[in-house]
Amino acid sequence: MAAKAFWPVAIALILAAIGLTQLLANEYYFFAAYVVLQFVVLATAWNILGGYTGYVNFGSAAFFAVGAYCSVALIKAFDAPLPVLILAAGAVSGLIGLATGYLTLRLKGVYFAIATLALAIVLETFITNWDFVGGASGTFVLRPKEVWLFDSYIKFLFAVMMVLAVAAVGIARSIERSKLGRGLAAIRDDEVAAECMGVPTLRLKLLATTISGTLMGVAGAPYPYYVTYLDPLSAFNLSYAVNAIAMPMIGGTMTWLGPVVGALLLGTAQQVATVTISSELNLLIVGVMLVGFVILAPEGIVGLVRKTIRRGRRR
Amino acid sequence: MNPPLLQIQDMTKRFGGFTALDQVTIEIARGARFGLIGPNGSGKTTLINCVSGVLAPDGGTIRFDGTDITTLKAHRRTRLGIARGFQIPKPFASMTVRENLAVPLEYAAGARIGPGIEDEVGEILAMVGLEEKAEANAAGLTQIEMRKLELARALAAKPVLLISDEAMAGLSSTEVDDILAILLILNERGITVIMIEHIMRAVMRFSERIAVLDAGRKIAEGTPEEILRDAGVERAYLGE
Repeated sequence: MAAKAFWPVAIALILAAIGLTQLLANEYYFFAAYVVLQFVVLATAWNILGGYTGYVNFGSAAFFAVGAYCSVALIKAFDAPLPVLILAAGAVSGLIGLATGYLTLRLKGVYFAIATLALAIVLETFITNWDFVGGASGTFVLRPKEVWLFDSYIKFLFAVMMVLAVAAVGIARSIERSKLGRGLAAIRDDEVAAECMGVPTLRLKLLATTISGTLMGVAGAPYPYYVTYLDPLSAFNLSYAVNAIAMPMIGGTMTWLGPVVGALLLGTAQQVATVTISSELNLLIVGVMLVGFVILAPEGIVGLVRKTIRRGRRR
Repeated sequence: MNPPLLQIQDMTKRFGGFTALDQVTIEIARGARFGLIGPNGSGKTTLINCVSGVLAPDGGTIRFDGTDITTLKAHRRTRLGIARGFQIPKPFASMTVRENLAVPLEYAAGARIGPGIEDEVGEILAMVGLEEKAEANAAGLTQIEMRKLELARALAAKPVLLISDEAMAGLSSTEVDDILAILLILNERGITVIMIEHIMRAVMRFSERIAVLDAGRKIAEGTPEEILRDAGVERAYLGE
């Protein structure tokens, strides 16, 4: 995409999404599209640490769930409005991202992945034992009865998630093209060489875990209103972690476009399969596609398309 | 008189029970061409890793330009002006050659992206003879090109002290001459150069002073002529 076209297209997408909510009556489409957009945010957030920096986070579900439970706590305590929930969830998840970074970034490769998975289990245990937010049995969350401009709350949430998705992708894209992005790429390629070339590797890695954690928490913030009943098992579900990894891998981890393509493709496929075949089939689809892509197109769809274009030009 | 640019004092590094460096003391004057030689496993690269901050020494101090940098992180040392190449090239494989140079230019030399940085990249690539490869992917370079990239990337950090760790291994003799010529030009411009090399012809021709390491100890230091006459050096290389 041409550099200047990004933001006009992004704003057009948001306006189109709001327009659709006024035209289309069937709530189901927005109910399904919300999940797809939520995965756009999660996959994009994962890719900032996993794709740009080269650190595989297996604990995405934990950051997402922390965002969701942060909302639950604020709704129960203050009946806080949605924008406040989103900001607070982002802040808390970002702080946890920073702390995780401090504790684990001396680990590399598979050890880092295991540490993030362990973090997810620790946080899940904590939430399961916190009665104020419902503990193990979960909790009901009542949606506000009315919302300005929208005739249903699901449509409103869909529009909100559209804004969040566009914002997340915009942030990832700016990082990719910045000095920060080039520093992160240097870390991914060779951390020792990066440090010796003047890149403050620890600081940049902490920035990456913080930004990534923040965006994941933001994705989880509206979730309690979406499901209206939240329990630790579903909020910390491993499928979030698996999807957050699989989507960028399938789309391509080197650019902001990869996670978007992967999330749209895989997210939509799962939504369609849930309705047409079975709701248990989701992870199977993810698994099969992931294996296929890792073998056939290790650089993802975006990498594959680029390679094809380059080959075409040479002829 | 000015203090030496680099003062390595009683540097000691152990890996488990193995002492890789044993109280090595070396001083390098500003503007010098300094050779560091020794048999394989004698501790040359370990010493460089301690100087560049990749490894933390177990004992001793390093002073650069009069300030103690012993506990400074590697990237801070690079910003102060210590740049190095790696014996086994470590290119940023997902980037082009140009982008490889942009990283140290942005992070170490502090230049902002803009027309300035492009000129710098072009100048450095022309100097090492890689200008044709500017847009090539670093992963696709030949061994020789990777060594040149390694040197170019170190230059992009705008070093005061350049450490070249076997930049010439595997090169043909004309290519060795090319690299020597580059290093001499850099030295004339005021950059202090430490050369670690196995190619004796190159080290002897290039260096004003040479230190010899053997089994983690400095066994000799002097001018190339003195080193060639030194009985201990001969023993270290050729045996009794």
